Amino acid sequence: MFVQSVFNKCGVFLDNQEAVSAESVVKSFGQGPAAVRALDDVSLTIRKGEFFTLLGPSGCGKTTLLRLIAGFEMPTSGTILLDGQDVTDLPPNHRPVNTVFQSYALFPHLSVRENIGFALKMLGRPNAEVEARTAAMLSLVKLDALADRATAQLSGGQQQRVALARALAPQPKVLLLDEPLSALDLKLRKEMQVELKRLQKETGITFVFVTHDQEEALTMSDRIGVMSSGKLQQVASPREIYTAPVNRFVADFIGETNFLPATSAPGGARLGSGAIVAAEGEGTVLTIRPEQVQVVGPDAPGTIPGTVENLVYFGTDMHVHLRLGDGATLVARMLLPPGGEAGLSTADTVGVTFTPGAARLIRE
Amino acid sequence: MSRAEESQRRASARNGWLLSAPALVLLALAASGPLLIVFVYSFLEKGQYGNVIWDFSLDGWVGILFSRDIFDDTLKLADAHMTIFWRSVKLSLLTTFITFALGFPTAWFIATRPATQRAMWLFLITIPFWTNLLIRTFAIGEILRTEGLINTVLVKLGIISAPIQMLYNDGAVLVGMAYVYLPLMVLPLFSAIERFDMRLLEAGYDLYASRMQVLRHVILPIVKPGIVAGSILVFVPSLGAYVTPRILGGGKNMMIGNFIELQFGQGRNWPLGAALSMTLLVIVTVALLFYVRAINRGGTGGGHG
Repeated sequence: MFVQSVFNKCGVFLDNQEAVSAESVVKSFGQGPAAVRALDDVSLTIRKGEFFTLLGPSGCGKTTLLRLIAGFEMPTSGTILLDGQDVTDLPPNHRPVNTVFQSYALFPHLSVRENIGFALKMLGRPNAEVEARTAAMLSLVKLDALADRATAQLSGGQQQRVALARALAPQPKVLLLDEPLSALDLKLRKEMQVELKRLQKETGITFVFVTHDQEEALTMSDRIGVMSSGKLQQVASPREIYTAPVNRFVADFIGETNFLPATSAPGGARLGSGAIVAAEGEGTVLTIRPEQVQVVGPDAPGTIPGTVENLVYFGTDMHVHLRLGDGATLVARMLLPPGGEAGLSTADTVGVTFTPGAARLIRE
Repeated sequence: MSRAEESQRRASARNGWLLSAPALVLLALAASGPLLIVFVYSFLEKGQYGNVIWDFSLDGWVGILFSRDIFDDTLKLADAHMTIFWRSVKLSLLTTFITFALGFPTAWFIATRPATQRAMWLFLITIPFWTNLLIRTFAIGEILRTEGLINTVLVKLGIISAPIQMLYNDGAVLVGMAYVYLPLMVLPLFSAIERFDMRLLEAGYDLYASRMQVLRHVILPIVKPGIVAGSILVFVPSLGAYVTPRILGGGKNMMIGNFIELQFGQGRNWPLGAALSMTLLVIVTVALLFYVRAINRGGTGGGHG
């Protein structure tokens, strides 16, 4: 901790690798006992050039954190640094960040071209530069043909591109994206996910992306910060978030998983039935993803006995709902052979095993 | 679209026109009828007792700019008329400007209240309309006059030693007109601002615009229709104002409205009055044309960047 903090401080003087840094940020709305803590002591570092995602259910504080970075809200306490510089008290127009709004917030009285050139014009850049950058942005988001259209004449996906180009045109240090894909239909959303990732790579700009969609977060991000009730639960790579969640909230929010009551025991975790399974971590809950649960014959050695409660056919796989001896329930996802027959039926007695290294003990 | 659908669409459009025809005819007659009478009268000769003699004459129109010398019958430019025209245009422009300067913050304030409170604020704005215009104008006079509220307070406080003459000048007319026409500016501005997407303010700030730049490059161009509507609603009746200049301006500080009234009353010169009315109409039309054209040209946010 101390070493980390010293390293951070030195970083300011050396080559600073932090695009955004929030230190003990608290944001309360309202006064007195009715005050709501939207952000409760959040500290976070976002590295330069990374695609960082703030993920969480609605009302978890992710948008509030984004708005604090943008400068639309002021923190109740704590500091916010951009590129090593304290910007806590700076208004939005003095911060080197730009935002892609959930509603896009395109200027209806300006054409596509004028929307994209807006920031540079406000900065008083020479006309030639404004025109050149606008043209570059138009081709970056592939909207050259629509440059002189009114924004109201564009489709949702096109408006989204204008919003992106407009925010990227002034070459911000950090681009903030507030659930930008939520208004698009599924197909367009998938396209834009790829597009966003491409833009981030091409421009090298740090992206801070807010979403409640875990799949979006997993596929696009370099790192994810999972938030719940105003607190950061875990900050890690998508792989780590998925395979090694730190608590029940993170495990539950990202993907599907099973929870079994357990206590830590030598060699792993002791389940309610007394069976001991290999597991890493510490805590009172054992978590195991459905695809890491295997259903085998009842007599196989080293398995936990259970019964099949229900079988749900999903085409690519089968969800097997199981009940263990102690009454705990869990779901296994079985890949199906070509014929589609799992060879199981309800009330079968089976043996259950977990893929080695897949089960984890976590905090409640 | 098939041929049958096309002809059906045409038939329903035709029926629509036929059904609204009586109302349209009535409206056309009501709007153009009186205007036509005024137009015809302006080309007649004035009668002895304030009527018209049915002989063609341009005297009414000539009388707008020139007056005839009573001794040698020569025409010379009527300075007094010029003063009245200029005062009318000047005071109307100033009234429009003042009502905008006061009305914009007011409308913004109301539009940014919670939706449940807006109706109450709008209601408060319309309260002055409940009282007769004459009464309200006299009330303003009561405030401004030498023994009025402002002078009394200022004298009592010792700020001035003797009352200031505030009534019966252009300033008093301006105060009165701004007061009377303010709601006409606030209401269209409010409806435009209410439709304004406040999230665009954040977008503006986010894209490095200062507060003034957001006002100039985001808010004003978008609420422009409200500004245009409000300005027209204030400017047009201001130009023809009668009651306010009559009461607050005294006899000397006439505006076109008073001048026209004079011709139909004591002046007994109906053709001149009619010609003046037509002139007022022309001034308003030309002013609006210029205004709308200027707004459309200047309003594209500073050309293509």
